[in-house]
Amino acid sequence: MEDLLSLALKAIFVENLALSFFLGMCTFLAVSKKISIALGLGISVMVVQTITVPANNLILTYLLAPGALAWAGFPEVDLSFLGLIAYIGVIAAMVQILEMTLDKYFPPLYNALGIFLPLITVNCAILGGSLFMVERDYDFVQSTVYGLSSGFGWALAIVAMAGVREKLKYSDVPDGLQGLGITFISAGLMSLAFMSFSGVKL
Amino acid sequence: MAQTRRSLLVDPLVDNNPITLQVLGICSALAVTTSLKVSFVMALAVIFVISFSSMFISMLRHQIPSSIRIIVQMVIIASLVILVDQVLRAYAFEISQTLSVFVGLIITNCIVMGRAEAFAMKNPPVASFLDGMGNGLGYGLILMLVGFVRELFGAGSLFGIPVLPTVSNGGWYVPNGMMLLPPSAFFVIGLLIWAFRTWKPKQVEAREFRIQRVEAH
Repeated sequence: MEDLLSLALKAIFVENLALSFFLGMCTFLAVSKKISIALGLGISVMVVQTITVPANNLILTYLLAPGALAWAGFPEVDLSFLGLIAYIGVIAAMVQILEMTLDKYFPPLYNALGIFLPLITVNCAILGGSLFMVERDYDFVQSTVYGLSSGFGWALAIVAMAGVREKLKYSDVPDGLQGLGITFISAGLMSLAFMSFSGVKL
Repeated sequence: MAQTRRSLLVDPLVDNNPITLQVLGICSALAVTTSLKVSFVMALAVIFVISFSSMFISMLRHQIPSSIRIIVQMVIIASLVILVDQVLRAYAFEISQTLSVFVGLIITNCIVMGRAEAFAMKNPPVASFLDGMGNGLGYGLILMLVGFVRELFGAGSLFGIPVLPTVSNGGWYVPNGMMLLPPSAFFVIGLLIWAFRTWKPKQVEAREFRIQRVEAH
């Protein structure tokens, strides 16, 4: 239990997907102009991440890893080179299913989050989460926790960024830095702030 | 054709750079630039994937039904990325370890998808190939610039060869460790954008709010 908590805290603060691995930067910079929109996108990322990381973990363990097909009678088959294509397929399919489910059963939620869902397929934070899960050999429980907390970390970062940018638009920025430039610099300062968590251990 | 082949290749370098102007493909630009060697390999990988994916998608553009085009594009891109990943693992294992997940993340690199969607679906294969390569080069240019600054000031070396002798090796240069940490990537790119836009004032974004001076009474 304790190591799961420490894994979660590490994924949220120390190894924040957006600010220390730069994942999902395109959407992070493009959709962080308003807090309400950033919050919607953040929540969608969190939901999709919590579903796809464990789902990809199951696919890896039972289909792709060396020897994983033993249950089907092919113990010597190693399909791990198909990983990338399988993960992105799962992500695209999950996003599509989630979109249809929300549309059918939770229309208000669909209206709030619907526009962000297609954006999420190409959000590298999602694919990155799955790839980190593979690289670090998480088991099923760990990957569920990792999915949830890394998604939360990303949401936290984008909402904070949107808060900064809402104030920033009233400031007197040099012409060349206007817009994208100053956003980069403030993201850098935020990432510096997040680095102060790096000594925290449980 | 309105655009000449030369301009297809040269335009994305500065005038329409994918990173500083189109804001695409930022993730990997920030993450892999701690050393010049790694940025170079990453740039090559991206140039390869983007040129060939544009070419193949353009060849298939009349066959791809528009309702499932994203998935088809994804599959083409993912296959090329798997190819790059396997080659790197076989011939440059150390670099592929440093790049870790970022090779895989070329799939979701928005430049690749963006060029496929915006250019390759409407243009013939050769033009698409050049357009892809031009954008790849524009991306690579920024990657190398950032990698140059970060490695030179962070470790005092270029391509792993010491340029500024560091104190730990008996020289005079005290390496700026922050250059190797994530925040510096944001700063370097931010400043680079500032430099580009001072050079090309056309790229400056309009202000949302104009600050007005009030005359003293």
